[in-house]
Amino acid sequence: MNEKKYNIQKIDNYRWRIPREGKMLVDGIVYANEHMMEDIQRDESLQQVINVSSLPGIVGHSLAMPDIHWGYGFPIGGVAAFDVNEGVVSPGGVGYDINCGVRLLKTGLYRVEIAPALESLVNNLFMNIPSGVGSHRKDLKLSQQEEKKALKNGAQWAVSQGYGSREDLEFIEEKGCIAGADPELISDRALKRGQSQLGTLGSGNHFIEVGYVSEIYNEEIARVLGLEKDGITIVVHTGSRGLGYQVCDDFIRVMINASKKYHIELADRQLCCAPINSPQGREYLAAMACAANYAFANRQMITHWIRESFEKTMHIGPKDGRISLIYDVCHNIAKMEEHIVDGQKKQLCVHRKGATRAYPPNHRHTPDAYKSIGQPVLIPGDMGRQSYVLVGTEKAYKDTFGSTCHGAGRVMSRGQAKRTSRGRDIAQELKDKGILVRADTRATLDEELPEAYKNVTEVVDTVEHAGISRKVAQLKPLCVIKG
Amino acid sequence: MQKYILIDHTADIGIDVFGATLPELFSNAGFALFDIITDISKVKLTLTRKLKITGIDKEQLLVNWLSELLYLHEVENLLFGKFTVLSIQEDQLHASVRGETLTENKQAIKTEIKAVTYHSLSIRKEAHLWKARVIFDV
Repeated sequence: MNEKKYNIQKIDNYRWRIPREGKMLVDGIVYANEHMMEDIQRDESLQQVINVSSLPGIVGHSLAMPDIHWGYGFPIGGVAAFDVNEGVVSPGGVGYDINCGVRLLKTGLYRVEIAPALESLVNNLFMNIPSGVGSHRKDLKLSQQEEKKALKNGAQWAVSQGYGSREDLEFIEEKGCIAGADPELISDRALKRGQSQLGTLGSGNHFIEVGYVSEIYNEEIARVLGLEKDGITIVVHTGSRGLGYQVCDDFIRVMINASKKYHIELADRQLCCAPINSPQGREYLAAMACAANYAFANRQMITHWIRESFEKTMHIGPKDGRISLIYDVCHNIAKMEEHIVDGQKKQLCVHRKGATRAYPPNHRHTPDAYKSIGQPVLIPGDMGRQSYVLVGTEKAYKDTFGSTCHGAGRVMSRGQAKRTSRGRDIAQELKDKGILVRADTRATLDEELPEAYKNVTEVVDTVEHAGISRKVAQLKPLCVIKG
Repeated sequence: MQKYILIDHTADIGIDVFGATLPELFSNAGFALFDIITDISKVKLTLTRKLKITGIDKEQLLVNWLSELLYLHEVENLLFGKFTVLSIQEDQLHASVRGETLTENKQAIKTEIKAVTYHSLSIRKEAHLWKARVIFDV
């Protein structure tokens, strides 16, 4: 156990309070069960919850979801909302991989149908979708002019280029395009980094996972989503690639100066920020929207190639495959949203860093098809264990600015994961469990071994018991492409 | 003297770097970055780049220096193996780096580093040794 003791109060079995003290402007609230809370205290992530609580204009609480772990600036799993007039926007509250996110696709295919083709399916996906370190498409290099259109219009641009259908857009957060994106604010460096990487998976924890519905917890909601037992699903996890990293990098430089200019005292330089209503704040939001849109376009293009790979492998047409989008959510984003604070409607800038939006039924930003059930929430596990589909709730809207967890969350550092997997063949271990994996390098698999992550079931059960999401279905992996 | 050691960070990779002088500290930080990215002993030194980096203080200079190397690696497909920081003034650094163009040999890459962060960043002098800590986002 870390020597450092935090002043933590238990609220109930799934929530913990770090009471306001010193420079904190609000309390910290962490969602976790007792066992997880012990682990959480071992690293610096609670200090990061405390640091965030001291940023000007923070409203409500400095929140952390149960997949919280040590990040830089904000913790990963951190959520914080800032008053539009008094508050700040911080690139460190969004992260380098802007709009890293996840989408879930359903198909008209069943487990028994694809079982014989699994090996060729995983190979075709791996060939068709560039993945891994420095991945780029050789067949697709955008002109800067075209890239700027993608930055402005996101997934809508991808659809206009023939990647998927207009119907897909209905099922993407913000319909696949965050308004106010201004490509003229994107540096030449960021544009250059982005030019050859659109439509690529990248590396690290990014993946494409073909799986099946292994369990249904809520028949009614599952029916609305179109999920049925043994139906084949596909999860895509990736973000804005080098373009997003560069936008973050560029604006951290801007914000370090801005923090000084506006006399904002920082507990960590990575929390550098500017008032939302300042030129630097507005420019960051407009640039961040570009990177977010790039990520939406990226996942949309990858979806197109997934459809292609399925059709080619299974010798079927689009009508047989029926691969459609259930939903696409952002993990790393800051957005202007309307919430109720002390009974009053308020415009807030909600930062979610490694967290998912979880809007309730009947919210105007929940797609029409899901108005009765709430916005889908997709929680990928690790490549060896299950993933979950949930929906947002009223309680999430009230308590967490409509937010919930985003994944399992790491428990091991990459070094520790590599040491743990030494002498083991992770691909073979997964194959023995019936999961085929393709990765760019063996090191990727070693770093991403299932034990490197928290048990996603524990994370998901925590958000369900706390009432900020409702469990709908469980998915189990069949084959995985690792970046 | 050891140039650097790796430190574990749950989400990322960090380094503690050492140097007898500030320029040596910065040179070793460049070495550490590429030692994480690739097998640095195999990098051929066929090209030279002269770099001029600016920053508001030495911490930002360090981040900007490493970010520049990362940018050249990603956009111009370069791998570096030798790093010589020639001079460091308050807000400016001059360096010469040597390396090669990375052709389609993706296997040469061990780890992709997304960015150089300011989190837990420190540069300090202890007795006669300069030490720095940098966390990379991977």
